[in-house]
Amino acid sequence: MTRALGWLAVVAVAAGLWAGFGYAPREVVQGNVQRIMYLHVPSVLTAYLAFGLVLVGSVGYLATRRNSFDRLASSAAEIGVLFTGITIVSGSIWGKPTWGTWWTWDARLTSTAVLFVVYVGYLLLRAMVEEPEARGRYAAVVGILGAANIPIVHFSVKWWRALHQPSTILGPEPSPIAAPIALALFVNWVALTLMFAYFLLRRMELARREEEALR
Amino acid sequence: MTQYARRAWIVLWKDLLTERRSKESLNALFFFSLLLLFLFQFALGPDRDQLRAALPGILWLGFILAGLLGLGRSFIAERQNDCWEGLVLTAGDKSAIYLGKLLGNVALMATVEVVLLVLFGFFFDVDLWPVLGPLVVVLALGTAGLAAVGTLFAAMTAQLRARELLFPVLLLPAQVPILLGAVSATQAVLLGQPLGEVAHWLKLLAGADVVYIVIGLLTFEFILEA
Amino acid sequence: MLVANRLRKSYGPSAVLEDVSLELREGQCLALLGPNGAGKTTLLRILATLLRPTAGTVTVGGVDAVKNPEAARAMMGMIAHGSHVYEDLTAIENLRFWTVMRGGDASPARLVAALQQVELDAVAGERVRTFSAGMKRRLALARVALGNARLLLLDEPFTGLDRQAQKWLGEFLMSFKAGGGAAIVATHTFGGGLGVADRVAILAGGRLLVDRSCADLSWDDVRRLYDSLTEANGSAA
Repeated sequence: MTRALGWLAVVAVAAGLWAGFGYAPREVVQGNVQRIMYLHVPSVLTAYLAFGLVLVGSVGYLATRRNSFDRLASSAAEIGVLFTGITIVSGSIWGKPTWGTWWTWDARLTSTAVLFVVYVGYLLLRAMVEEPEARGRYAAVVGILGAANIPIVHFSVKWWRALHQPSTILGPEPSPIAAPIALALFVNWVALTLMFAYFLLRRMELARREEEALR
Repeated sequence: MTQYARRAWIVLWKDLLTERRSKESLNALFFFSLLLLFLFQFALGPDRDQLRAALPGILWLGFILAGLLGLGRSFIAERQNDCWEGLVLTAGDKSAIYLGKLLGNVALMATVEVVLLVLFGFFFDVDLWPVLGPLVVVLALGTAGLAAVGTLFAAMTAQLRARELLFPVLLLPAQVPILLGAVSATQAVLLGQPLGEVAHWLKLLAGADVVYIVIGLLTFEFILEA
Repeated sequence: MLVANRLRKSYGPSAVLEDVSLELREGQCLALLGPNGAGKTTLLRILATLLRPTAGTVTVGGVDAVKNPEAARAMMGMIAHGSHVYEDLTAIENLRFWTVMRGGDASPARLVAALQQVELDAVAGERVRTFSAGMKRRLALARVALGNARLLLLDEPFTGLDRQAQKWLGEFLMSFKAGGGAAIVATHTFGGGLGVADRVAILAGGRLLVDRSCADLSWDDVRRLYDSLTEANGSAA
């Protein structure tokens, strides 16, 4: 079943690449570099999905103490950090030719950077606690707090940016969004989500086998 | 007083008594605040106006750094003589312990903040008196949030070998929204603006405080297990 | 009062406790003997709800201690290696703290009476930092006496105590039993402990090898039994 999902994901990614490079039109102002948005935006959406699953796993583990929830949380966190990294790097690559700088403290990039740091902390905690039961409990608390912090960080960064907005920064999304662009975006989002699901299932299976090997 | 309140109160009483006796944390934190002051001065250069402009930021940076030191020690006493286990063995809602510790930490941080404020006002020649009221409001809201997550993570890392590393790594990202909100609000207050101007920030801080404290109350028992 | 059924505790592939079952009635005292590393402390910690067993059940006063640890904790008291004392507080302040935490009456009269029982009333206002190990242990006894526990778990309580203190502990346990309480005393020496015990159990290599009343046994009998079993199991003594 997981293998079928994997193949489906490959097909979807191929469709996404075609949609992003072939089907969608060349953006007028920014040129071809704008196409990186088809990776950047779905990446961050997938990261949010991942961290939502970390929350589910964390609450589930504290409520039931079933290791399957802990495996869900840790696997989703790993992959979420990966996609967050992709978001930041792709945003940075987009930014260089577009705004002339590798980094800008715009609201989305900043929020994403904070998100990245929170969940890398989660992974560090997991790495540094040896006892599995304590590790699961502590990680769950960090996972819950991290998820609760996401909207708070979002608003605080957004308002902070409003204070310091230099006039030359463009938003990363072209507006208004034309139909072909929206479609290409959607296809890529589906592709990335499928890829995420495949990675997640594989990672959780691996975690389950690791646990069993240590028993 | 309800059982719950009695237990929270006795934890607070114990911590205040211990601190008053040993004065370990307070003395070190006062001295640390003074050192921070010098460091900021040296790092930012002698330009007075530059310092004044950066004042809200370095003020809260100072609070956070002092908090890293002070909050991290919240559960040190419990590591001796199996007192941690003793706390686990007391039946009843463990969140009362969190509440007591939180109040103790707020008191500790408030003391350090007062000292830092006085030092800053003195060394950077800033008159804080006219804006004291609104400033205290912002300080209270920010400190509550910093202490709420600090107490929670202090408990989590108290028993770990990697405590000194993990505590800042976990705490600082969680404190980012408080930092943003408190600095923005402090900036406005120091410029003499009325609190109404920054109502949205105050609501954000208050909302964050509530979220952090509720999570702390709900999850503390899972951290306290031996 | 206490029923432990088929307890198992394993860390990865190694099992610290294997298929341990025991029962304790009110007014009974069980001496739990075993060499170091046999799992006595682990067993006590599981019974005290400080550890979760990998398998098996623990019932304290009718309450499932694994599923409902808080209710079980209300009925139990424990004295472990550390005596649960705060070094910077005085003796009477320590008692006040722990008594309030357990929800008991912490009136000064009651606290002083408890200190008198363990003859620490003279140093009630001294910081615990200045106490000897034996004094700290006596303070722990006072704490437990104030706690209204029905089941006591004592891990090597006699070690580090002088003769006088050991005598107190024995007397305290006798009156505790007479009042309907049950106790498990884990020990690896034969110094104190056996005097008040009604039953003796021997834990070696994670398994409970003997569990019987010791009214008809002399100390020598038990010692011989113990030596033969621990030799047979090759456990480090």
